[in-house]
Amino acid sequence: MKAPDGFLESHLRARRDGGAKLLVPYITGGIDPRWIDLVRSAADAGADAIEIGIPFSDPVMDGPTIQAASERALAHGATPASILDDVSGADVDVPLVVMTYFNIGFKMGVERFASESRAAGISGMILPDVPLEEMPEWDPAAAAAGLETVMLASPLTPDDRLPLLTGRAQGFVYGVNLLGVTGERAAIGDMAATLAARLKAITDIPTVMGFGVSTPAQAAEVASHADGVVVGSALMRRVLDGEGPLRVGQAIAELRAALDAG
Amino acid sequence: MGEPDATGRFGRFGGRFVPETLIPALAELEQGFRDAWADPAFRERLDGLLRDYAGRPSPLTECENLSERLGLRLLLKREDLNHTGSHKINNVLGQALLAQRMGKHRIIAETGAGQHGVATATAAALLDQECLVYMGEVDMERQALNVFRMRLLGAEVRPALTGSRTLKDAVNEAMRDWVATVETTHYCLGSVMGPHPYPWMVRELHRVLGDEAREQCRALTGGDPDVAVACVGGGSNAAGLFVGFADTSTRLVGAEPAGGAAVGRGVPGVVHGSKSYLMQDEWGQVLEAESISAGLDYPGIGPEHAHLSDTGRAEYFPVSDEEVVDAFVTLSRSEGIIPALESAHALAWVIREREALAGQTVVLCLSGRGDKDVEQVSRILGPNAGSDRGLQ
Repeated sequence: MKAPDGFLESHLRARRDGGAKLLVPYITGGIDPRWIDLVRSAADAGADAIEIGIPFSDPVMDGPTIQAASERALAHGATPASILDDVSGADVDVPLVVMTYFNIGFKMGVERFASESRAAGISGMILPDVPLEEMPEWDPAAAAAGLETVMLASPLTPDDRLPLLTGRAQGFVYGVNLLGVTGERAAIGDMAATLAARLKAITDIPTVMGFGVSTPAQAAEVASHADGVVVGSALMRRVLDGEGPLRVGQAIAELRAALDAG
Repeated sequence: MGEPDATGRFGRFGGRFVPETLIPALAELEQGFRDAWADPAFRERLDGLLRDYAGRPSPLTECENLSERLGLRLLLKREDLNHTGSHKINNVLGQALLAQRMGKHRIIAETGAGQHGVATATAAALLDQECLVYMGEVDMERQALNVFRMRLLGAEVRPALTGSRTLKDAVNEAMRDWVATVETTHYCLGSVMGPHPYPWMVRELHRVLGDEAREQCRALTGGDPDVAVACVGGGSNAAGLFVGFADTSTRLVGAEPAGGAAVGRGVPGVVHGSKSYLMQDEWGQVLEAESISAGLDYPGIGPEHAHLSDTGRAEYFPVSDEEVVDAFVTLSRSEGIIPALESAHALAWVIREREALAGQTVVLCLSGRGDKDVEQVSRILGPNAGSDRGLQ
């Protein structure tokens, strides 16, 4: 089912403007033969959008949990094509966003990768190793396919660069909470609040913060400064530990409840 | 071999494919290097260290015995005689001084065979910098002596436990570390790869070996060599050699390990911050390189080499592990020089092509010495030390 153009941003804006904090769970595509049930349970548990990881052999922005999840998916034979094929049958009513590294799309051919992603029902794309300067490699293909490209902002992004990122961002702007890679943390430092405030001061596009968000309390804390959160490693650790869609869905529902309680 | 363009590209290769967190640091590094490189005081300090600490200039050795046997004139650029035993010290002294100038006191590095790690640990000890070296767990076993040397020099050596547990994975770990510590840490990248400005900066820091080789060759032979040859993993010693002869008619040749031939078997791809030739499967997953030499065990190649291959200015050929061991034995017996297995790749190509190269002058970059490799090779050759191997 192909979502309408602009669905990612319009859906997130509508939810935010209606007073909700945004919850974006991350699920590694192909981590389990029935992984698409994880996507469905995330949607049922109150996700506002779902990030789907297409695994890459050398994920330098990811910590041990997501890397292990990627390795498991690759060991199961997951490919970009098989993941997109699975996604096309997901039949969920929230926008889906692919997160992957540039070589996956580059090898397939960016035009083909963008159009096949869109045809499978993907609305947006997150490419953490494609900074603003390299966007000309990707943008034309995304635009032609009608994919929204999410931009990442870092606590180290200078003030004069931040508006360039938010100006280019579609769907949402992804604020990175900390210096480092994905993975659970005992505490979220104050970089998240500072970056969220800087972003909120210059843009109206939904601001979603990620990296290190592990617990419902942390999710609520980070979301209090921004429009929402991405949670990945804390969920994929459960899958790696053997939990299925039901338990993972419960964990997502707990995050939802914490965000709704403020 | 000029400067890359504003986006850090050599032709269609290069660029800066890294997380947003690293972008300000790469811009700062590029500016810092440009300023330092243009600063006579910095250059003087680096030149002084290269001369009085590292032992430059390294000699150009005429191999009379082997030249006669091969039917050509073989000149070795003796980077094996540098302090720490390889060309790696040229790059590392420059980056360590640059880090000091930029106020970064923690140095991280990745290493395959350990040559770059040892060089980095050495420079860090000299300049009183904290040093952490990532090394694939498999490589730590293969190169245990170099692990001990790094620790003796005061560096921490941390195993990369993911993937093939070799150089590619050590690079991943170093990049992850850098993303978390970029405010205080300099990543001393060990080859002409990674995001801009590294491929260009590392080449410039190795230019000294190519410039010396050209001058020495002219003094010795009255002209430029017909061929300049070097081994290529990421390609740093080859880049340093090639740049010295870029504006001559000298034929430039890179020798790749057959199991890690990024140019021969790779297609354009993006990993570790730049676009280059890369060994990968049909879906863009990076393949594991396999080489007898841990230092060349890398599935990609520096972006400028990819460009030089595209334009035809340099040629790249694979050599087999068997040819490499034969070359290792041949140089040891003919000249009393035990080469690094990496460097033996370059000689293996010369030996194979000796008929085509008959009568020509060949400058070969002997990028490192073989001390680190003798234990590994002894297991291959057995008790007769390869008396039946090599050029008979």
